[in-house]
Amino acid sequence: MKITIADVDHVAMLARLRFDEDQKAGMAEQLSRIVEYVEKLNELDTGDVSPMAHAVPLRNVLRDDEVRPSLDPEEALRNAPDREGDFFRVPRILESE
Amino acid sequence: MRLYELTAHELKEKIERREVGVEQAVRALLDRIAEVDEAVRAYVTVAREQALAKARAADERLARGEPARPLEGVPVAIKDNMCTRGVETTCSSKILKGFVPPYDATVVELLERAGAIIVGKTNMDEFAMGSSTENSGFFPTRNPWDLGRVPGGSSGGSAAAVASDEAVAALGSDTGGSVRQPAALCGVVGLKPTYGLVSRYGLVAFASSLDQIGPITKDVRDGALVLGVIAGHDPRDSTSVPRKRCDYLKGLVPDVRGMRIGVPKEYFGEGMAPGVRAAVGAALKTLQDMGAILADVSLPHSEYALATYYIVAPAEASSNLARYDGVRYGYRAPGCPDSVTMMTQTRSEGFGAEVKRRIMLGTYTLSAGYYEAYYLKALKVRTLITRDFDRAFEKCDCLVSPTSPTVAFRFGEKMDDPLAMYLSDIYTVTANLAGIPAVSIPCGFGEDGMPVGLQILGKHYDEATVLRVAYAFEQATDFHKAKPVLRDAGAGGAAMGGAAARGAAASGDGSGEAGGGPTRKAAGGEADA
Repeated sequence: MKITIADVDHVAMLARLRFDEDQKAGMAEQLSRIVEYVEKLNELDTGDVSPMAHAVPLRNVLRDDEVRPSLDPEEALRNAPDREGDFFRVPRILESE
Repeated sequence: MRLYELTAHELKEKIERREVGVEQAVRALLDRIAEVDEAVRAYVTVAREQALAKARAADERLARGEPARPLEGVPVAIKDNMCTRGVETTCSSKILKGFVPPYDATVVELLERAGAIIVGKTNMDEFAMGSSTENSGFFPTRNPWDLGRVPGGSSGGSAAAVASDEAVAALGSDTGGSVRQPAALCGVVGLKPTYGLVSRYGLVAFASSLDQIGPITKDVRDGALVLGVIAGHDPRDSTSVPRKRCDYLKGLVPDVRGMRIGVPKEYFGEGMAPGVRAAVGAALKTLQDMGAILADVSLPHSEYALATYYIVAPAEASSNLARYDGVRYGYRAPGCPDSVTMMTQTRSEGFGAEVKRRIMLGTYTLSAGYYEAYYLKALKVRTLITRDFDRAFEKCDCLVSPTSPTVAFRFGEKMDDPLAMYLSDIYTVTANLAGIPAVSIPCGFGEDGMPVGLQILGKHYDEATVLRVAYAFEQATDFHKAKPVLRDAGAGGAAMGGAAARGAAASGDGSGEAGGGPTRKAAGGEADA
């Protein structure tokens, strides 16, 4: 599948990335080459093969729901780029775009 | 022999017998880093003061008569994608610059509990995405065997640190070969354990179904020693497998007589450098001479492994790296009017080119309309690749192959062509897809005297067999004793080539000063190739 500049724009928006205009053609070309390469998998008939999501068969690991100590708020906030009291502070969320 | 040249088990023994103090050992190692790291650039952070404080505490412990622990006083380096409480952890990314974790990764806790002294954090390809360490957001690490070449990646800093005696042992992480390939390219031992054997708690996630932490060491015994310390169930990692603890040292028997070792024909096809082919061929002959039975096997879906990997890994990465949004930690782009702009700007400025490329690729293959064609398809092929191994292991105790198709390449050689770089992982990605253990050990020298690695792959949880074959091979050869000879720090020139280095290592082995700093440097000057 050939990846177009419009595809790059759409995927970049989904991934919250921005590329300069002069980078987009290069990104489209590199992604196209990689996607073309991985399309090699279409040579294989996988109609009756089940997908493998995990390397080892483990499912639904549960533990008791009991109160235990967790990360101290001060520790959790220590790396915050910006904070207000015990909260992470961010630029406004509504009115974006 | 200098203290920093010892293996972990040798150093621990000296400390246990009180011949060497922990602070003395750690100081020797820190001095070594000060001497050569300007040239090698293996470390992102050297935790000098913390290491010395912990060393003094260990000495006090021993002075009180407490018994030496399994890694007592052993200076260890940690890849910079594992959290260390109070010590900056960056993943070699600008987006995490300045991040100081409030907790330790489980492996870090276990190492320290076993007496190891963490001396620093090593350089890597940003978020472990790469095969040369050139994708570090800070600087490239140089291969100690030739400072004009890459150390491999993504755990290039850890492998270079061990190869240049800047760490006695190190941890790396391996998602598609990132422990084994740099170990091969730097002439040291690198082990990727079975998926789930070592806790990933505190390891910054790249591709969660493939990531596994493993030791990079000077010999196989050290690999077994470190694995025994870091392996084990951890309730904080839901993919960690509950199993009985195992003493991997006990299984190190130098005997492969009657063992069936499979040679997968798909791993010996085109694209392998002649020097690698020759070295690995000679290694197979050695194993056969030692009494192993070599058997031709086929892993018919091998040619699809790299394509499968480059769908699965970027898809998982695109999801995992969504957390870098400038809100809770790490870099935040300044002066943005709203949160979406802030997140987009933060990620665009904070991530490097390869990380963005993989996020884009993974987001694309997971996006509406493409999920089934790419991701689901890849998971099905993953099943086929795993079945190939199951079938091969019905007939064989383990499999052998080259670790990497070439020796270490020169800086810049593959940076403009992502696919060419991805091909470095062609022999290693399958073990991650199938979740099986695999080790790379030094098996000779190829093009321009650069080290070549032999990969040994085993059944799930059968690290014991993999390590036994590796150990037996190591006992019958002395490639692991060869050391690179670094030229003057900062010179930026080539290190001494393989043949001369092998000679130096052979004469230096056990003979006191012959392998030491000044003499090695002098010896390095004359054989500049």
